[in-house]
Amino acid sequence: MQHRDESLKTCYIVYALLIVLLVLTVIAARVDFSQHGFDYLNLNIVIALVIAVLKAVLVMLFFMHVRLSSRLTWVFASTAFFFLALLLAFTVADYSARPMDRTIAPPDAPVVANFDHP
Amino acid sequence: MPDHPEHLGLVAHQFDDIEQQREAATLGMWAFLATEVLFFGGLIVAYAVYRHEYFLSWRKGSEELDKFTFLNISAGAWNTLVLLTSSLTVVLSVHAAKHGKNALLLRMLLATMVLGAAFLGIKFLEYSNDYREHLIPGPNFSPEVSNHVQLFFVMYFAMTGLHALHMVIGLGLFTWLAVQTLRRKITPDRHQAVETIGLYWHFVDLVWIFLFPLLYLVR
Repeated sequence: MQHRDESLKTCYIVYALLIVLLVLTVIAARVDFSQHGFDYLNLNIVIALVIAVLKAVLVMLFFMHVRLSSRLTWVFASTAFFFLALLLAFTVADYSARPMDRTIAPPDAPVVANFDHP
Repeated sequence: MPDHPEHLGLVAHQFDDIEQQREAATLGMWAFLATEVLFFGGLIVAYAVYRHEYFLSWRKGSEELDKFTFLNISAGAWNTLVLLTSSLTVVLSVHAAKHGKNALLLRMLLATMVLGAAFLGIKFLEYSNDYREHLIPGPNFSPEVSNHVQLFFVMYFAMTGLHALHMVIGLGLFTWLAVQTLRRKITPDRHQAVETIGLYWHFVDLVWIFLFPLLYLVR
């Protein structure tokens, strides 16, 4: 397989995109969207995580040269994320299916007892 | 006999040619990084489960972290900026190494190390602030907030601590690269070390890209 290279211009553009995404995520975090979506998976955290995934994809494809790498490298790079996705999906699916009472949950009360879970 | 006689002596005897050798080195690093994904991934899953259970306490913990700012921007955001920039200097180091620009390579390696040290410096200021504010889990943890906020800080120190350890290892590897560059051991034909260690550095950056929203931007 011929070894190819990302041009420096591409790398500067990717860096600029990464900084734009960083500024976006910092600004988005200052707006309170927590009324939208589930309480523990509200719009704020969804926006923050989507931007994180975009940044990670940019770093992997361009800075880590995955875009121009062999298919075997693609397999190696995606396998780990595939198994992480399995671990995360099944664990979260299990926990989110459990009944919970979140009516009493004062996080700043000086309590030792388990008050998130009355 | 290798296909390209000009690469004789550069290719270890178990490889057909220099491309295969390069591919093997890249795959080896990716195999290691795959184990690292699951290493940090385990912590992130633990984080997700506890956040699901105690999400209000998680929000409170994140708000405490957000109080430590420079110019009204959290230390975590500054550190993201520092690490993204260091990834760019790593890309420039690899480029310089490939084209035999040794002076530029050395400058970019040093720039990466300065940025890495800046990251750890900001982290140190943040940890000392946590100490002053009684946010380090243990008997002296702030009585103002609940035990579940303390659990958030357990996750915070475990995740950022493990990440900081990776940064320290990365700084060590870059010091070695800088020494090799000074000894003129890095040439366009022999620059694989810069690429492989660069992959590791980008991965450490990748981990921080996820830790930053998970720890600092939780609402």
